[in-house]
Amino acid sequence: MIDSFVIPLLKILIVLNTTLVAVTYMVLLERKVIAWAQSRLGPMRVGPYGILQPVADAVKLMIKEDITPVRADKWVFTAAPIISMVPALIVYAVIPFGPEVSLFGRKVSLYITDINVGLLYIVSVASVGVYGIILAGYASNSKYPLLASLRASAQLISYEVAVTLTLVSVILMAGTLSMVGIVRAQEAGHMWFAFVQPAAFVIFFIGGLAETNRAPFDLPEAEQELTGGFHTEYSGMRFALFFLAEYANMIVVSSVATTLFLGGWLRPFPNVAALSFLDLIPGWMWFLVKSFAFLYIFIWVRATLPRYRYDQLMRLGWKVLIPAAIANLVVTGIVRVLLLR
Amino acid sequence: MGEAIAFYTLSAFILGFAILVVTTKDTVHSVLFLVLDFLFVAALYVLLQAPFLAAIQVLVYAGGIVVLYLFVVMLVNLKRPPEAHQDPHRASKLGFGLAAAVLLELAAIGVNGYVNPPRALAPAAAIPVTGNTEQVGWLLYTSYLIPFEIASMLLLVAMIGAIVLAKREL
Repeated sequence: MIDSFVIPLLKILIVLNTTLVAVTYMVLLERKVIAWAQSRLGPMRVGPYGILQPVADAVKLMIKEDITPVRADKWVFTAAPIISMVPALIVYAVIPFGPEVSLFGRKVSLYITDINVGLLYIVSVASVGVYGIILAGYASNSKYPLLASLRASAQLISYEVAVTLTLVSVILMAGTLSMVGIVRAQEAGHMWFAFVQPAAFVIFFIGGLAETNRAPFDLPEAEQELTGGFHTEYSGMRFALFFLAEYANMIVVSSVATTLFLGGWLRPFPNVAALSFLDLIPGWMWFLVKSFAFLYIFIWVRATLPRYRYDQLMRLGWKVLIPAAIANLVVTGIVRVLLLR
Repeated sequence: MGEAIAFYTLSAFILGFAILVVTTKDTVHSVLFLVLDFLFVAALYVLLQAPFLAAIQVLVYAGGIVVLYLFVVMLVNLKRPPEAHQDPHRASKLGFGLAAAVLLELAAIGVNGYVNPPRALAPAAAIPVTGNTEQVGWLLYTSYLIPFEIASMLLLVAMIGAIVLAKREL
């Protein structure tokens, strides 16, 4: 009874609340890091060193007037931010934050669930998230959002192919689709998959940047080009949902990259016994450190690189990343069959 | 017992959304109901203990194919063509006629199945792996290899055809 209902419910509550708080503070983190990269300080007024800035942002967005365009499709207009946010949140059900630990005399696994098609679940849920963007642009009944949403969704479905192909190489190495199984495979092989599959790692990261509409692939929401893109007509809390969905997607991509390529909860060099003092740091803390490193790199890239033009973006996705991912897959398959049993 | 409840609830939703797909006036809403339909069919796959198929259904059908349907439907502004000299109920009459034909066929197959019960098939060769993903992979690459390859060729031909039709100069 407790094991099948109460504990999963508690895990869900913890993960959901942590994610939502983390997403709101991602906004502050981004502003701060970009500011430091540009030799300025970022938000400093609200609270000490600007710590309460997300609270101010949240209050502002909640009390803003909620405008719906006159001839917008009401149901679809309302549903689009929800369709954007929900996939970003439900992916956390399969992400392993840590191994089994004993808590209050009970063995508790630090992941909400481990389904045997975990990775496929993540990819399929992410592909449903595209609908939020398409429908937002369509339902706004306005030209800029429609164009922006079509561009954004074309970008997303193109980079989905490259990302999924890299995931297949990882599955080939791990031999299982389950997320916990992939971490265990890295533990058994004594090496993070980032070193075994470096090409897949790079392609996954670039594809992840494109999938979350982050710079340098953020043309769909670039203010200079498209007046705010697909969320132009959204105001107040609806816009906040889109915004938060984007950051939640970023955290999801970081978490998935950590699990697949950086060994999830494993410490660095899991086979070197001399470093076993690092085991004092619990697994979930390693996971958080690695995910945070990815998030920092996301923000760093945004502060550094200029934006891709749309045709350059599509060319990169189709003509560079997909052939590279396929080549990586072929090489992995050959090596796996011939050399590693 | 729980499985029966789940099955009938899911089927009710699936049929309900399917009816909404064909009766809604707005084409975009129709496509969205189709997406919901596919998601519930994926749930049905989970009920049948085929999680791989469920995930693939969402990934390919709901997340890929219907997205492209949605593109076309959004960009092509579908309006009702003028029906000045036509019978306004032509579509409904055609629909009813076709539905009656399909029902007759189903009845014929049902009666045939009752009158001539099917012979027991030879037991299938045991699949040496467990788990839905592994079993689908095993079957696809051993017993059903040729249909698999033919399906891939079919998709390739469709892609090339689409490119040829869409490009202005090759």
